Amino acid sequence: MAELAAARPVWRQAASNWRIRIGGGFLLFLVAVALLAPWIAPHDPIDQDLLMQYLPPVWAEKGEAGFIFGTDNLGRDILSRLIYGARIALIVSVCAALAAGLIGTTLGLLAGYVGGWVDQAISRLVEIWMAFPAVLLSIVLVAVMGTGLHSVIIAIAVIDWTRFCRVVRAETMAQKAQDYVASAVTIGLPSRRILIREILPNVMPLLLVLLTLEMGIAVIVEAILSYVGLSLSSEFPTWGSMIGAGRQYVNQAPWLMVLPIMAVIATVLALNALGDGLKDTLDPVMRK
Amino acid sequence: MSADSPILAIEGLHLEIRADRRRIPILRGVDLTVTPGEVHGLVGESGAGKSMVGRVVLGIAPLRSRVSGGTVRFDGQEITHLSEGRRRSLMGRGMALIPQDPMTALNPAFRIGDQITEVLRLHMGLDKTAARTRALALLNDVHIRKPERVLRQYPHELSGGMRQRVLIAIAFSCQPKLIIADEPTTALDVTVQRQVLGLIKALQAERGTALLFITHDLGVVAKLCDRITVLHDGRVLEQGAVADVFAAPQHAYTRALMKATPRYDRPGDELQPVPAALTETLNAEALAYDEVRDA
Amino acid sequence: MSAGFLLKRLLMAIPTLFGVAVIVFVLLRIVPGDPIAMMIGPGATPADIEQLRVTYGLDKSIAHQFVLYIGDLAQGHFGTSISMRQDVMELILGRLPVTIELCLMAMLLAMINGGAMAVIGAYYRGRWPEAGIDGLAGFMLAIPDFLWALLFILFVVILSLSGLPISGRISHAISFDAVTNFYLIESLLRLRFDVLGSVLLHMLLPALSLALPLAAIISRVLKTSLNEAMTQDYVQLARVKGFSRLRIVAREALRNALVPTVTLTGVQFTFLVGGTVLVEKIFSYPGIGNMAIDAVINRDLPLIQGLVLTFAVLFIAINLAVDMSYALLNPRMRHG
Repeated sequence: MAELAAARPVWRQAASNWRIRIGGGFLLFLVAVALLAPWIAPHDPIDQDLLMQYLPPVWAEKGEAGFIFGTDNLGRDILSRLIYGARIALIVSVCAALAAGLIGTTLGLLAGYVGGWVDQAISRLVEIWMAFPAVLLSIVLVAVMGTGLHSVIIAIAVIDWTRFCRVVRAETMAQKAQDYVASAVTIGLPSRRILIREILPNVMPLLLVLLTLEMGIAVIVEAILSYVGLSLSSEFPTWGSMIGAGRQYVNQAPWLMVLPIMAVIATVLALNALGDGLKDTLDPVMRK
Repeated sequence: MSADSPILAIEGLHLEIRADRRRIPILRGVDLTVTPGEVHGLVGESGAGKSMVGRVVLGIAPLRSRVSGGTVRFDGQEITHLSEGRRRSLMGRGMALIPQDPMTALNPAFRIGDQITEVLRLHMGLDKTAARTRALALLNDVHIRKPERVLRQYPHELSGGMRQRVLIAIAFSCQPKLIIADEPTTALDVTVQRQVLGLIKALQAERGTALLFITHDLGVVAKLCDRITVLHDGRVLEQGAVADVFAAPQHAYTRALMKATPRYDRPGDELQPVPAALTETLNAEALAYDEVRDA
Repeated sequence: MSAGFLLKRLLMAIPTLFGVAVIVFVLLRIVPGDPIAMMIGPGATPADIEQLRVTYGLDKSIAHQFVLYIGDLAQGHFGTSISMRQDVMELILGRLPVTIELCLMAMLLAMINGGAMAVIGAYYRGRWPEAGIDGLAGFMLAIPDFLWALLFILFVVILSLSGLPISGRISHAISFDAVTNFYLIESLLRLRFDVLGSVLLHMLLPALSLALPLAAIISRVLKTSLNEAMTQDYVQLARVKGFSRLRIVAREALRNALVPTVTLTGVQFTFLVGGTVLVEKIFSYPGIGNMAIDAVINRDLPLIQGLVLTFAVLFIAINLAVDMSYALLNPRMRHG
């Protein structure tokens, strides 16, 4: 009676999902901006010009055409700083997400597949780890390790791997119960091979969703850390440090805070949309 | 209004369900009347649409369905396309339901007492204490032992039979004029079935409530009902007083149903399923009906 | 609900607490960087460094240090804060009520907000208001607490809303000789409504910042549970009984939808507490979160230790409360 619709290839389905389009589109735009920064930024982001302090955006009264989004307290062009800030945001989010994913997935696969005391130990570890206030811990870690991109990335990864671990563990346990694993075991394939060749590919779609989610979190944590002054030295333009500086001058020059905040929000919204869209596409029940 | 004017009058009821841009007919011109105090059995196989008749009357037909023809009159008032608000005022004292599955029909998060008193307070305007007293009396009426205890219990603490009794109590609580019983014993053990049926019959007779009894079991109809309507694929095939129909069934399908029903007084009789040829003929007739109607 | 259940959960919390203490100890000593060098400013002589080393027992072996550490913790000795020159325990306990009141208010706001959104979304199932609620929740979720805090400040400044305070806990104009630091409760009990008003007003924006992301999560999860509950048979019977759709969603279905919601959102409440670290700083709100960032920047080891452990205790307490409320809400668990 009801004809089974021919399954469309996944990537085509993905491309038609509006969330993926908007989220992915914005991210591609961001990546382009970050890559082309040296060419499209109108000014040097760390170039100070004390004669041009506190210029409002070009559409406001005292704005100037040369500084589209205005300047900050040291006369630095906001637009250029935003553009270069995108670089930092992207680098940190991708690296941190991958690092957290690597740690979490490995431990999650182990816990889910091996079970027994290994699972117990890892689950306990996750439980204790999650008892820590993430923000505080990341600040502590970075303060201890010293500032710099590498410490920010390590701090995020070290704190948020538990997110991957729990989900991957649950998924691994579900996959383990499936027939194809039983048959692989019967054939006599070594566990490691089963894990990597059989189970991991099935866990991959879920991982992809988690990675986008994690990237969003990483962008925020980086913003927090640089807001507090712990990311890179304030010379380097990061969105968070721009927000931090903006907070101080919010009465005279509110645009200093608005623009980087909007950049962060837009990026996180885009990443969330992308993640949701991926989740919709990859959920087999919804594939009809 | 004379004592004989029907409490429920269904005329030419057509119901269809929309699925994937197609319209599937569920009820095809159903005519059915129930007079005050009458016990009317609505029989048919699963999928015949008998539950749907009940649901249309109660106003809980599925979201995707619509009445595409005919009328439903309750106590003289047309209720086919009644607004939500007006319909709610009919419930409780006008009509009530004894649902099919006692395991799922009670809210697991509330005590039994609350689930009975809330209806009393809504429709009868009783206050908390009065409602509680009345609830205890109702539990007695349905032969539940230790009613004070049951009032404080949660549904998961009761057996299936007890839960069904509670649901019966709720149905009778506001003294409705019509109760629709949708296969009320199907989900119960055989031993419990007889007790519950006996209870329903006793309460109905005592209060003179009209009862539309939906079932697939002819044996039950024989014992409980005054009149019977036989439904197949949404069409009424036969209708009449139980004594008459059982003594001399007019339609082949009715006869086939009777042959397929076990009878306690003739245990040696061989059971015969409804012949496939007959089902096919009936299906064809139904389709022909649709075509004529759509034309 | 038995006291035995409660006791069991408390006992299970102890190893977790122990684990937290261990990790704090390890992290602060094992990570690269000399802890003493971190605590001391520039211009310190080697003698000063050695002095501090002895004071903090860092000249002893790691194992010995650990034993001392645990001993101290068990007695509640967190040491003396370097930057503030006060006993750490006193400092923390002094400010703890402020943060507790703020968090409780935020949780309340989150539950009310999230609950209302979920009920409205479920009531208008399949129609445009539901999509609107979903969109709103998505937006609220995408903006973390500290960004909400900054946004609120922006609004207040740009729109010149002078009535809405953005720093401090109470207006300087009001004098209040408080016995405890629980201003909210105390002002209510002592009927000082001027104080109550000021405290609530100052609490509004920080609590809202903390509440909104949590409210979004609650609304999503609760709405899904509500929609699920609305498909159940008892809802159909409720309709036949003659109850309005609103009452069915907000009472019959809600009661059943609460249990799965609590299980799924419980852990999120701990994130709210973690958010105070930044939100309090941004609003200059005098709680323990505000101290945290300064403590880290000042390399105040004892204070950092004390704060991390305090937060961990709060987290564990919240998890416990969530477990208990789950047991309370689920009728099957109440009667065994």
